[in-house]
Order: sequence, then C-alpha cells, then structure tokens
Amino acid sequence: MAGRDWVAWAKPGVFLLCLLPLALTLAQGLGGGLALGANPVETLLHRSGLWTLRMLLLTLALTPLSRALGRPWPIRLRRMLGLFAFFYGMLHLLVYLWLDRALDWPVIVEDLTERPYIIVGMVALVLMSVLALTSTRGWQRRLRRNWKRLHRAVYLIAVLGVLHFLWLVKADLREPLIYAAILGVLLALRLPWGRWRRASAQSVQSASAVARRSASSSR
Amino acid sequence: GAVAATYPRPGEDEPLTPREFVTGYNNFYEFGTDKEDPAAHAHRLRTRPWSVVVDGECARPGEIGIEDILAGFDQQERIYRLRCVEAWAMVIPWVGFPLGELLARFEPTSRARYVAFETLLDPEQMPGQRRRVLDWPYREGLRIDEAMHPLTLLATGLYGETLPNQNGAPLRLVVPWKYGFKSIKSIVRIRFTAEQPPATWNRMQPDEYGFYANVNPAVDHPRWSQKSHRMIGGGWLAKRRETLPFNGYAEEVAGLYAGMDLRRFY
Repeated sequence: MAGRDWVAWAKPGVFLLCLLPLALTLAQGLGGGLALGANPVETLLHRSGLWTLRMLLLTLALTPLSRALGRPWPIRLRRMLGLFAFFYGMLHLLVYLWLDRALDWPVIVEDLTERPYIIVGMVALVLMSVLALTSTRGWQRRLRRNWKRLHRAVYLIAVLGVLHFLWLVKADLREPLIYAAILGVLLALRLPWGRWRRASAQSVQSASAVARRSASSSR
Repeated sequence: GAVAATYPRPGEDEPLTPREFVTGYNNFYEFGTDKEDPAAHAHRLRTRPWSVVVDGECARPGEIGIEDILAGFDQQERIYRLRCVEAWAMVIPWVGFPLGELLARFEPTSRARYVAFETLLDPEQMPGQRRRVLDWPYREGLRIDEAMHPLTLLATGLYGETLPNQNGAPLRLVVPWKYGFKSIKSIVRIRFTAEQPPATWNRMQPDEYGFYANVNPAVDHPRWSQKSHRMIGGGWLAKRRETLPFNGYAEEVAGLYAGMDLRRFY
C-alpha cells in the first residue's frame, strides 16, 4: 500500500528542503550586489552557524514527536536531519577557516587555544564528525549497544552549540536564549515523565483493584 | 578638500567605504541590536529642534542649539578610518569641526580633567531603549586632552551631506584612534568633570571594554583578536588587514599616553 511507505517518498523532498538555506545563500552570493549585506563573511558565518543549530534542534525534536504521535515515521528522518546539521556545521567551519581567517594557521591556533566560544564550537564539531562517521548501518552493527551510548553525545553537542552562540554575543542575549529555551524543552521531554505518570497511574489502578476485590469478597 | 589633506588620512589603497554601507551597517543599539536596525528605525528620531546642554566644571555653562552649531563653526571634511571593536573597519568622509572649538566657548576651568557625553534618552524616538540591553542613556567620556586634540571631531554630516539619523544625527563624536563605541551618537549633553565619568560599555563589561579603548593590536578583546580587521565593502574574498596602533594615528596621538601602561589602561 502507498500509505505504508510514504516516508520513503517524502525523504527526497525533505532533503531538498534542507538544502534550501544553502541554495538561497549561494544564489544571493553569486548574484552579487548587496544581498549578503555589508559584511558578507559575517553573514555567511552567522547563517551557517544558525542552520547547524536549527538542524540539530529539529533532529532532537523527532523522537518526542514520534512519541507524541505514537507513530514511528519521524524517527526515519532523524539520521538525514542529523547529517544536515553536520553538513551545515562543516560549512560553518569552512567559512571560518577560509573566508574569515584566510587559512592563517597561527591565528587559528590562537583562537582554538584562547577563545572559549571557539573551543566549545570546535569540540561540538569534532563530536559531530564522529557521529556522522558512525551514522551508517555498518557502524551501528559493529558498535552494537555502544552505538546508542555514543550517539547520546548529540545532547552534549547541542548544549555546546548553544553555549557557543551565547558566548559570542556582545550584549543582546535574546536570540541565543530562544535557542537555549527550545533545547531546554527538547531535553526536558526526554526526562521519564511518562514512565512516572504511568507508574503512579498503575499503582493507583492496582490499589483500587485490590480495594474492589476486597470489597467484593467481603460482600 | 584642502583641509582634509592636512590631516592624516587612510592610505591610498583604502578607498572610501560605499555610502550605502556607511549608512546601512551600524551599531546604534538605541534603534535595535542588528546592524540593519538603525537604518530601518532611525526615521523616528526628530533632530529639530535639538540642543546640547554643556555644563560642569566650566566658567560659562549653557545650552547651544544645533542651528548655532552648524552656523557658528567652520564645517570641514575629514576622511578617517573607523575601527569597530568587533574587528571591522570603514573609511568615512565626515563633515564636522574639532570638538575643542566648541568646548573652548564654555571656558572649562582647571578642574575640568574629563569630558562626559550623553545620548538622547527617549524610548518613543529610540525604540531600542525599550529593552534594557544597555544601561540607557548611552554615556561616554574622554580625558580633556583627548577631547581638545585637533583630530577629535564633532561630526554633523558625511559624504558632503547632513548626518543621517542612523549615523548619530544631528551631532556625534568621532575619535579616530579609538574603537567606534567611544564615538557617541546623537549627543544632548556635554559635561566637564573632575573625575573619570562612567562609560556605558566599560561599565557593563569592564574586562572587555576599557575606558580608553585606544585601537591596539597588542591587546586582544578577551573573545577575539584585535590584530587584524576586515574592511566593510570588500566583499566575500577581501583579505583581513593588519590593525595599526592607534588605528594608524599614532604619530599624532601616541604622545597623549606617554608613560602609561596601555595593557592596563586599555
């Protein structure tokens, strides 16, 4: 039935959608003029960084979404969105190394050793690379239960990403705080609220069942 | 013009920054924290009538209207490089006159060791002030010898025209050897003081923004290097340029700081 595998059909569409920020930026850049603003390198850095963070948060939203809907299809998009987060992260790194720092390695080394926001950003990118590399079925098989443990690093990556954003802002923290709040919600949804509720509901149920039984037996 | 040629100006390989960037890429948090916000919102600012109160340690405190300022001081063109603390720079043809000429009219006394400046406070006209991103009104200060230095300009225009609102109309400071945030915009008050006056960014993050804020490649901002900067208008592939001590104006101003430890007084 077509309904059964509509996710397989939707995947190429999602893929193209994820490429849209890059396509628009390339069109603006190659079109020349003022489309990328007075400071195009800053615009490219900022945009690629934002899309890394957005893709990460979207990836983290899929598991709670799947649970809320009671359907597995969001999980099937998770790897692709995660890899897009990595993709935009690599573009961010490339813009920084090549356009911003002009591959001036002494300056880059200084950044990487002295500037906390760059250090946390870099750690996040390195971790992301490991997850991207091990995102295949082959690695999933090879690492077995450790694969799941390893890929929990995505939570740390997201926290480091938000921290990177918070630490680079001069005075107006509103924008990074919005990302921090969304991440906070996504992490909070993973706390075992449901299990507690179910557990307490069960204990109430079993207690009342015991009470009913005892009531009926006494009759 | 002839006057500009007698003052140090950026090198021949540093063309003027296109006007649309000078007026479209601004840090003026009174109108919002994005670089494009000032151009979008500064039309709310009413620059007439406008007057500046000058008081404190001086013999003739008073108030002077913008019309008197424009008529009473010889307006000249000065081409300066503006170096932002965020490591970008522009080359701007300002119109204005030396601040010292205005200050002299109010006859500062020997007790006047500093000059304090204040921007307009009016959230109606400056919507960015509705949020406490900074401790409004914006305040800045100079030592009196810095204020009286012939390079220190009160700007009333740029590119031969009246100063656009987003650039600090109708009257702003330009101190070319200091980071841009020292050059306070839309000034309504000037005060001679005996003590070092408070400065907005310095108060907010003293380890990142010093009172002196002289452009200095040897003293990094805690979060980024100040050794180089990017010229606005250079496009995607513009190379960074080496930042010079005092933004290239060392010959004129280094003497003001003789004997001072510029790592401590950054």
